[in-house]
Amino acid sequence: MNPKDINLPGYEIPEELKHVIAITALDRLYNWGRRSSVWPLMFGLACCAIEMIATQAARYDLARFGMEVMRPTPRQADLMIVAGTVTKKMVPAIVRLYNQMPEPKYVLAMGACASSGGPFKEGYNVVAGIDKFLPVDVYVPGCPPTPQALINGLILLQKKIDKESIKQVRWYRKGPDSVAIPIPVLGPDLIDTRRIPDIKAHTLSSTSKTDDQS
Amino acid sequence: MIAPDSTTTIDLVARFPSVVTPDTRPGYSGWIVDPAHLTEVATAIRNEFSYDLLSSVTGVDYYPDKMEVVYHAYRTTGGPALVFKVQIPRHNPVVPSVTPIWKGAELQEREAWDLLGIRFEGHPDLRRIFMWEGFAGHPLRKDWKEPFYEEDVKPFKSRWPEGKHLPAEMRTPLQDNLFFPPGFDPEAFSFQDPDQAAYEALRRQHRPTDEDGIQTDVIIINMGPQHPSTHGVFRAAVMLDGETIIGLKPIVGYLHRNHEKIGERNTFLQNMPYTDRLDYFNSMSNNFGYALAVEKLMGIPVAERAEYIRVIMAELSRIQNHLVWFGMMLNDLGAMYTPALYAFEERELILDIFEATAGSRMMCNYFRFGGVARDVSEDTLRKIHDLVHDRLPRKIDEMDRLLTENEVLVSRLKGIGYLSAEDAIRTSMTGPMLRASGVPYDIRRADPYSIYDRFEFDVACHPEGDMYARYQVRMDEVRESIKIIKQALKQIPQGPIMSVKPSYQIKVPPGEAYGRVEAPKGELGFYIVSNGQPNPWRYHVRAPSLINLTSLEMMCIGEKIADFVAILGAVDIVLGELDR
Ligand code: SF4
Repeated sequence: MNPKDINLPGYEIPEELKHVIAITALDRLYNWGRRSSVWPLMFGLACCAIEMIATQAARYDLARFGMEVMRPTPRQADLMIVAGTVTKKMVPAIVRLYNQMPEPKYVLAMGACASSGGPFKEGYNVVAGIDKFLPVDVYVPGCPPTPQALINGLILLQKKIDKESIKQVRWYRKGPDSVAIPIPVLGPDLIDTRRIPDIKAHTLSSTSKTDDQS
Repeated sequence: MIAPDSTTTIDLVARFPSVVTPDTRPGYSGWIVDPAHLTEVATAIRNEFSYDLLSSVTGVDYYPDKMEVVYHAYRTTGGPALVFKVQIPRHNPVVPSVTPIWKGAELQEREAWDLLGIRFEGHPDLRRIFMWEGFAGHPLRKDWKEPFYEEDVKPFKSRWPEGKHLPAEMRTPLQDNLFFPPGFDPEAFSFQDPDQAAYEALRRQHRPTDEDGIQTDVIIINMGPQHPSTHGVFRAAVMLDGETIIGLKPIVGYLHRNHEKIGERNTFLQNMPYTDRLDYFNSMSNNFGYALAVEKLMGIPVAERAEYIRVIMAELSRIQNHLVWFGMMLNDLGAMYTPALYAFEERELILDIFEATAGSRMMCNYFRFGGVARDVSEDTLRKIHDLVHDRLPRKIDEMDRLLTENEVLVSRLKGIGYLSAEDAIRTSMTGPMLRASGVPYDIRRADPYSIYDRFEFDVACHPEGDMYARYQVRMDEVRESIKIIKQALKQIPQGPIMSVKPSYQIKVPPGEAYGRVEAPKGELGFYIVSNGQPNPWRYHVRAPSLINLTSLEMMCIGEKIADFVAILGAVDIVLGELDR
């Protein structure tokens, strides 16, 4: 490990002690540990997942960033790379996977679909972006993003982790942010249980009568 | 190249007077069968006229008049299609199921029920397939509008010529892609697991037998949709007796992204990039099939040089598909990652060629009606030449040495997942799966399209019907593809790459067309109906990944659960195409 990464600037350490002593802040140590081994969930949804695999393979070699250990189970993963189109039928499973990930957990929306619905946004079974359900840390544009773009996104995530403070991260705070995200339900359409009052207000009002559907 | 008219060879009217009439609408072909006699006619088509392979079944909503179900049947000995249709009223679309005759119709009929609301009487398990049970409406009906609906056809006026549009979220009542029927009360809604229906179907179809009077209990386990072996978001409910599989239902639709509904809004050319995203390993083959179908409708030729470029690209695509398949298959068998890394290394080289010609690694969007989008440079042709003459044969031999005789591989593959030739045909298997059951059916030979009739190549075929045969077929196919590319590189002429003037808005006369290619995963077909407008009226994709799953249960029954992963891997599914 490079002492520059861990030592807090501004503290003089005598030359002969430099290899045994470091002066640092807890945040810095904690962030360094996290950013250097982000384990992604082995989880692909669509076309973007293939580029994710290509990023991991020999030519682009994600191992250079300590991120090559893809975990098939969410319980061992730190990062969810949402690689592909999020459909209404799939989103309950995605939210459940996210809830099962231990903290700290990060979400990277890879590609146009995961960020906003992409080319399939108008589709009746498509969720226009995973950020409707999960807090996204990094968006990577592209359809699909090239491996270089994904790596750039991951580096951005590392920079974001560098700025975290143990006092402020959302999983150690009290309040709604740290609780699990309610799992949406499949009814006549996708029901986000947090929005039940909105849905009710709409369907039971008179305006909804004008939408006619077969 | 336009295939010869299929209807000239046999005369259904002579065999079934007053039940069958020829389809005389301009631009259409085939026969219209009285729905009441469909079973009888279909049985004769299969048994008397030996159209043993039912390729595609789909519905068309001729709003507001009627619904139509369209069948394309082929002979596995080769030759063009026999197209027959039944017409039914829109308000009560009921058709006898042909699943008892061709089992391959099973999943396709479920699809037509799910998306168009056509009921198939006598179907063993008619449930929704892509959408969940309880979803409101049948989305491919022309009068069903999705929540983000803007206009019937593209380009939407708000984009062009006006150039200003509101984001869909700002136009819709719930600011989201949601529709709830009026009066729906989410609080009173009692959630039922939509998948119970699948479990019930399993329990209905498989009653565990208790030999020796010992009652054993069965368990149903779920594999997927998040599981490292399912190659995406595929899911299967597997019924187990101990470790032995006694029943299985694929549960799909987790990547159903409404390709066909969007395709019917798009203009003909706008669909080209969408086809890339079907089987995202092989955008070139997908482009190929779609271009063939539309060119058939338009009746235009393809520029000579472009024909060669198309073949070269499609075969390169097949090589990288099969290479990745070797890697993934070995992954599934537990040889974690080494073969996959080898495969991806070669794949990158082929993707480099795609990037140099089409501009994108995966989503090539390269074919145009009448040719291709860009010419291939001499430099790229030289690179391809080096690849197929030196690097690829060497690497494939290396893989062959590494894997083919490997003891673990042989013992995991030999004799497992058996599928007989009859069953393979009955369940409409195509591609390497069918050829590994000993049926030498390859569309490039059986019903040649483009310029495949100019090349020397063998149809890879192995009669054993087990997983090892599926492995060998693919190994052979890679070598044959290299052979084809070598010949194409020798013959490719100079000249234009488009036979017509490129244009964004093409004129397509009314009619129907079915274009199909031998994609790496099987027969990829596009059924397109045009009514003379700039957008297709019906746009249907016959997805080999989906239809090849019809026999999954057959192959798995009696095997151990650990082999399910490998059997599924051997089918080579890709979810973008399976779910569309
Ligand atoms: S962004 Fe593009 S490449 Fe990625 S999943 Fe969506 S359609 Fe596929």
